[in-house]
Amino acid sequence: MASIPYIPEYQVRETYLNARYSIASWLLTKDHKRIAVLYILSITLFFIIGGSAAVIMRLQLLTPHSSLVEAETYNKLFTLHGIVMVFFFLVPSIPATLGNFLVPLMIGARDLAFPKLNLASWYLFILGGSLALTALILGGVDTGWTFYTPYSSTFSNTNVIFAICGVFIAGFSSIFTGLNFIVTIHKMRCPGMTWFRLPLFIWSMYATSIIFVLATPVLAITLALVALERILGVGIFDPNLGGDPILFQHLFWFYSHPAVYIMILPGMGVISELIPAYSRKRPFGYAFIAMASLAIAILGFLVWAHHMFVAGISIYGGLVFSILSFLVAIPSGVKVFNWTATLYKGSIALDTPMLYALGFIGLFTIGGLTGLFLATLGIDMHVHDTYFVIAHFHYIMVGGAVMAYMGGLHFWWPKITGKLYPERWGRLAAVILFIGFNLTFFPQFILGYLGMPRRYYAYAPEFQVYNVMSTAGATILALGYVLPLIYLLGSLRWGKDAGSNPFKAAGLEWQTTSPPPPDNFDQTPIAGEPYNYHEMDFANV
Amino acid sequence: MSDLVAHQFDDLDQQTEAGTLGMWTFLATEVLFFGGMICGYCVYRHLYFPAWHQGSLVVDNFTFLGISSGAWNTAVLLTSSLTVALGVRAAKLGQNRFLSQMLVITLLLGIAFLGIKAAEYTHEYHEGVMPGPNVFHPDMDISADLSRAAASSGKSNIDLRREFQLFWVFYFFMTGVHALHMFIGIGLFTYLLIEARRGCFTPKKHAPVEIMGLYWHFVDLVWIFLFPLLYLVR
Amino acid sequence: MDSPFKLFPPQAAEQSAQVDHLTLFLIAVSVSFMLVIFAAIIYFAVKYRRRSDNERPPQISGSIALEITWTIIPLLLTMVMFAWGAKVFVAAHHPPDDAMEIFVIGKQWMWKVQHLEGRREINMLHVPLGRPVKVILTSQDVIHDFAIPAFRIKQDVLPGMYTTEWFVPSQLGEFHLFCDQYCGAKHAEMIGTVVVCTPAEYERWLAGDLSAVPPAIAGKKVFTLYGCNTCHGQYAPTLAGLYGRPVDLIDEHGNHRTVIADESYLRESILYPNLKLVTGYPNRMPSYKSTLSEEQLLDVIEYIKSLSGAAQTAPYLGPPLGPATQPSNAEPKIENPPFANYRTNQ
Repeated sequence: MASIPYIPEYQVRETYLNARYSIASWLLTKDHKRIAVLYILSITLFFIIGGSAAVIMRLQLLTPHSSLVEAETYNKLFTLHGIVMVFFFLVPSIPATLGNFLVPLMIGARDLAFPKLNLASWYLFILGGSLALTALILGGVDTGWTFYTPYSSTFSNTNVIFAICGVFIAGFSSIFTGLNFIVTIHKMRCPGMTWFRLPLFIWSMYATSIIFVLATPVLAITLALVALERILGVGIFDPNLGGDPILFQHLFWFYSHPAVYIMILPGMGVISELIPAYSRKRPFGYAFIAMASLAIAILGFLVWAHHMFVAGISIYGGLVFSILSFLVAIPSGVKVFNWTATLYKGSIALDTPMLYALGFIGLFTIGGLTGLFLATLGIDMHVHDTYFVIAHFHYIMVGGAVMAYMGGLHFWWPKITGKLYPERWGRLAAVILFIGFNLTFFPQFILGYLGMPRRYYAYAPEFQVYNVMSTAGATILALGYVLPLIYLLGSLRWGKDAGSNPFKAAGLEWQTTSPPPPDNFDQTPIAGEPYNYHEMDFANV
Repeated sequence: MSDLVAHQFDDLDQQTEAGTLGMWTFLATEVLFFGGMICGYCVYRHLYFPAWHQGSLVVDNFTFLGISSGAWNTAVLLTSSLTVALGVRAAKLGQNRFLSQMLVITLLLGIAFLGIKAAEYTHEYHEGVMPGPNVFHPDMDISADLSRAAASSGKSNIDLRREFQLFWVFYFFMTGVHALHMFIGIGLFTYLLIEARRGCFTPKKHAPVEIMGLYWHFVDLVWIFLFPLLYLVR
Repeated sequence: MDSPFKLFPPQAAEQSAQVDHLTLFLIAVSVSFMLVIFAAIIYFAVKYRRRSDNERPPQISGSIALEITWTIIPLLLTMVMFAWGAKVFVAAHHPPDDAMEIFVIGKQWMWKVQHLEGRREINMLHVPLGRPVKVILTSQDVIHDFAIPAFRIKQDVLPGMYTTEWFVPSQLGEFHLFCDQYCGAKHAEMIGTVVVCTPAEYERWLAGDLSAVPPAIAGKKVFTLYGCNTCHGQYAPTLAGLYGRPVDLIDEHGNHRTVIADESYLRESILYPNLKLVTGYPNRMPSYKSTLSEEQLLDVIEYIKSLSGAAQTAPYLGPPLGPATQPSNAEPKIENPPFANYRTNQ
């Protein structure tokens, strides 16, 4: 009779985190999960840099004529804030972190289609970010993140070319990530995973990737032309030398408007996972939410000139782009209604990720509705380039995208790290963030309608009270970000170990261990209907 | 040569399909990349037609044996696409020697293209039309043509010279980016040649040749657009 | 009403109320949708909160009827918003044929306004109540934006082309003028005042009439309103302590000279700034020859003198250098608009 070998219980299971420990095994990894972690660390760094710039700006704006920073410094600060937050935080955020981690897991694959390309994407991101930070260290850039010509091409004497190179290279990082996702989603779904069984997060990653792939090259070329203009001293976009500055704006916004959908679609995808998970119901109108993602991606390419209503385009152009801009709002509304309907007769738990998700719906709704104000020609001619616009996009980007990122980060934290975050701290931070956010940005709608322009380091005295409210809110908002930084890091050391499916959610990613093994699944899964909450035995999951 | 199928793929077919879709997606990004440049080009061609017409005449004026260098380049690239297509077929049939021969000819044609381009650029430098401070001095014949074009279109000489210089900015930028893509293509095909000489390609494993062939065809196609836009503005 | 919690700027043009009504409509629609959605969320979150881990909620897939409803209704509402907004916008971009025209040139970082009757102003725009005014805009350098919140209108100001903006002022008073397109270092100081006065006052203003105020104080107002402070002290020589001191400069013949800064020097520097350049400073100051009346010129000189503690109660009456500036109703001077070859956008 052979004796059965005794396997001690404390023998550590192999996960993607402990498979190998050396620095080289991280910096040369091809594992999409490790690359996702590398991105989480990098974008957190950029968020801190971009956020610091915002703190200084809000302090400057406490009084109408503050001398906390000089005019040129303030101009460099808002440029830094925009470039870092847009290109080095928001654009990569959910796709490169949660997307990279979850896309293969959610479709039952072992990795992305092109793992080496994925690593190259991260290195391109780091290289681009380093160039942008070099521009900062060498004295900054003061053109605004929109690089409008002829100021950026001829008049500014700051480090424009470094900044452009940084953004150019980071653009290729985006393109390759998008390419990777498209091929992976098309070709590497596990058996049984038909298109209409894909999780909604995958649908939104797919839609986002289409935009990555088609829009980013245009930005690359446009910025390259601006750099060329600076180097050669010719007039591509400078009318004093024969160029057309409105052409720059068309080319720039042709990317940058779809870019804002790059920034929000992934967040919507996260919400589409959180709401069902914390209601334990399948999403209401699954197919409509999926198709709405695609509709937003496609329609988003048709509306760019709504940034240019008063820029000198013809009235007819204005009419066309205004009506299209209203059309692109409809699918977003459809999603909000479907998410809300999912709650009906659900089993709702207000845990941290759900608080973020519900906060997202509230704040994104406000942001989206104020977008309608801007699409309305008769109102835009008053509030264009004022704090109204700033409030609108921060409601979407911060109240929307960043909250979705935080919600997703908390929800999948156990899957990524194998640890549970402290739930009470999580809820507290979410509430603080929500309050701080509204206090920071709601007064800015009023400021904008009153006429306070953007990018002003000093302002008319009657605007002060709202500016003070906004700065006060910003301190609370900052606390809302610092708390998770602390307790999430702390959970790595002191958090409870998480099981495979601590929140009893549906989805293939929860069918494997937390953290997953290097090849994601011990055996290739076979997919059934998604969001199969009706089949789950919650007591025994 | 290690495992035929990378670990993330289930089988060779999946790997091949993924690689092919990946290349098509990449080419889509390239369409937008060149498309942005072409869009800017078209806007200015429309706005500044008299000056840009002059630019086109100068570009088309550089000839070998009576045929414009642009036409030579087109012929070279079209032929190279033929050799690439023949090479892909050879790879599918596992004919590594024939494939190597086709790859060598393709590389030679690609290098010939770049050589002709280099000669063009040198010639244009000597004519003084390279844009940039201190470098842009169109020679006497060209300046005379410009003055005549200015007179007949009612614009000032200075304006026309500026618009003319803008043509050259776009010409060198567009052909330069295209040439960069040719360099990359030559690099990729050199790699293919090395692999072919080692007899690596079989009817089962020919995907890299086909995929990189797609890239080469695309770069050729871009030239087919650039050539009439730049050389044949009438 | 001077509450610090204002929500709307003054309605100082005929279109301001139209824009505000449009805004109120959108606010009403938005608030309604927000209330419905927020109420639903809060109600569902409370009513359907999880009471036990074993709950089995019903798996509702969806409802085509609801999808159609909440697509069509928002679509109709947004089309109403579009149509109304388009109507206001189109009207705001079709000035009547008899609108009076005023030329404005934006440059880093000031607004130069040219009335066709000859009067010029810097960072101020005098307009008469109740008459349609069309502003014709261009820039000397980068893109700016001529924004008047009280009139609910703005327009980008581009180099190399004309853009236009029109309004009918409907309220007397002074209103903010802002540059609303980032244009470089002092973008936030490229601001000014729109002065709406009665048609009679406007005519008098065109003719150069000003009320009596102590010269140095009036001069300080002129100094600030005409943008002198945006350059002097930073990009241009400081004027504090200047009067009575020697100045190192290069004259019109290119020779280095030193002069004492007296009233004649100050006057010449304001009217013909290119004749003598302070060493180390470029030739960038515009001439104020047609902008300032004689009274304003004397007031500014008194103000500059006061910066060295040397203001007098009686104005200086020494001989002017060069031809004296006449009040601008001597003969109407309609300059050729600059950049006559440039294309317009409408």
